[in-house]
Amino acid sequence: MSVSRFWRKIPQRYNLVGTQCTTCGRYFFPPRSLCPDCRRSGKIVDHKFTGEGTVVTYTVIRSASDQFEHTTPYVLAVVELDEGPRLTTQVACTPEEAKIGMRVKSVFRRVAADGESGTIHYGTKFVPVE
Amino acid sequence: MRDVAVIGVGCTEFGEHWGTSFRDLFVKAGALALEDAGVTGEKIDALYVGNMSAGRFVEQEHIGALIADYAGLATNHVPSTRVEAACASGGLAFRQAVIAVASGMEDIVVAAGVEKMTDVGTGASVDMLASAADREWEGFAGATFPGLYAMIANDYMHRYPLTREQLAQVAVKNHENGARNPIAQFQNRITVDTVLNSSLVADPLRLFDCSPITDGAAAVVVVPLDRAREFTDSPVRVLASAQASDTIALHDRRDISTMDATVAAGKRAFAQSGLAHKDIDMVEVHDCFTIAEICAIEDLGFCKKGEAGKLTADGVTALNGDIPVNTSGGLKACGHPVGATGIKQIYEIVSQLRGEAGARQVDAEIGMAHNVGGTGATVVVHILGA
Ligand SMILES: [Zn+2]
Repeated sequence: MSVSRFWRKIPQRYNLVGTQCTTCGRYFFPPRSLCPDCRRSGKIVDHKFTGEGTVVTYTVIRSASDQFEHTTPYVLAVVELDEGPRLTTQVACTPEEAKIGMRVKSVFRRVAADGESGTIHYGTKFVPVE
Repeated sequence: MRDVAVIGVGCTEFGEHWGTSFRDLFVKAGALALEDAGVTGEKIDALYVGNMSAGRFVEQEHIGALIADYAGLATNHVPSTRVEAACASGGLAFRQAVIAVASGMEDIVVAAGVEKMTDVGTGASVDMLASAADREWEGFAGATFPGLYAMIANDYMHRYPLTREQLAQVAVKNHENGARNPIAQFQNRITVDTVLNSSLVADPLRLFDCSPITDGAAAVVVVPLDRAREFTDSPVRVLASAQASDTIALHDRRDISTMDATVAAGKRAFAQSGLAHKDIDMVEVHDCFTIAEICAIEDLGFCKKGEAGKLTADGVTALNGDIPVNTSGGLKACGHPVGATGIKQIYEIVSQLRGEAGARQVDAEIGMAHNVGGTGATVVVHILGA
């Protein structure tokens, strides 16, 4: 991923900052600048999520793209945040631990690197809640 | 709006064409289609070319012009347009050609699809295919295309009574059909054990649940129905052309296991044609992964949600079943050159409706094609009739 493309999203990726449409109250993560329900009459403001949520579905990636090949196997999941929106994320747990319905919370972790000496991408992953 | 007919089809063999270039693949398919239609190049009014990612697979953009040039049509100045909707690029190119002819804007139009995928390594192609999903919020987290479909499969199997063996039956059936298709990439029969003993790609999907990396091209010629008899005694009518969109990311879907865009496009196609499910004799669905065929059968309305696994295991979707699905071998066995797949589906249906499908021939007068881009963000459905 290009440095500019990564930097543009740092507040969202580092702090789980999404948006909310204050017209209808709906939360968005990944953030949206246009509410799909209210469209141009929606008023969008930033919102920092608490980072707690539930695994909706998951898989264990055994064969990855070059950027992620060294981290296989890893658990990939769709997590529903308690405020409502869903996102795709890695869950830092063993393949055996992963299950649908498990409670998770966000943590700040290294996600990927552009090759041996390229940019290291940090961002949000999730870990199981005891 | 004018009625539209297909008067000619052509398709290369699907597989690894290391010795053939991107442009030569297309030229071969185009020449076969024109020969089949009995049309000469100078009669062509327009070209629509489905292609997902030549810019990354072969580092060539400007595909419309390239193809017009190497088809020998550049100096005729024929308008040529590339159409991109990830793995639905081919189906969408066909739809653009149909719209152009139906509108009265153009008369003799070629719709083609082409992809050359084996010029890069597996890790690179996995990365390119992941760009059919949301790169910034799915790809960034390490989502692969098989991974996203695996999450559909896990959600589905958590909620509905689909067994791992029933899922494998989709691949077994499609290899059985592919074994009867001379252009198929895989012409070998497999068993449920073959699937279950293959390596895990993304749990619960294994290697034999996944469509392969493929090179290939296909082309078809469409004209106004009232001119079709000038060219052929067996025109195939386009009875419906429908398209629908949904969220780019799987995590934003209303229901992970239902492709709402398939539901919408299917309903629109049935409404346009005035046909019912019992009228459809065969279906080519987008089985990029075995779970995708299960969802497609249900989302198109051929059975209730949760029943397609049993339907498949009972042989209802086999060649000799009530509703043959993927007579070509599907993406799984015939191969999946992403931009070409949607046109190959039209090729297969026309072959079947004209009675030219050889060892995989079914009794069919009406066929349906279902082509998906990404994990269901674009869906194109066509209904064709003899
Ligand atoms: Zn709103």
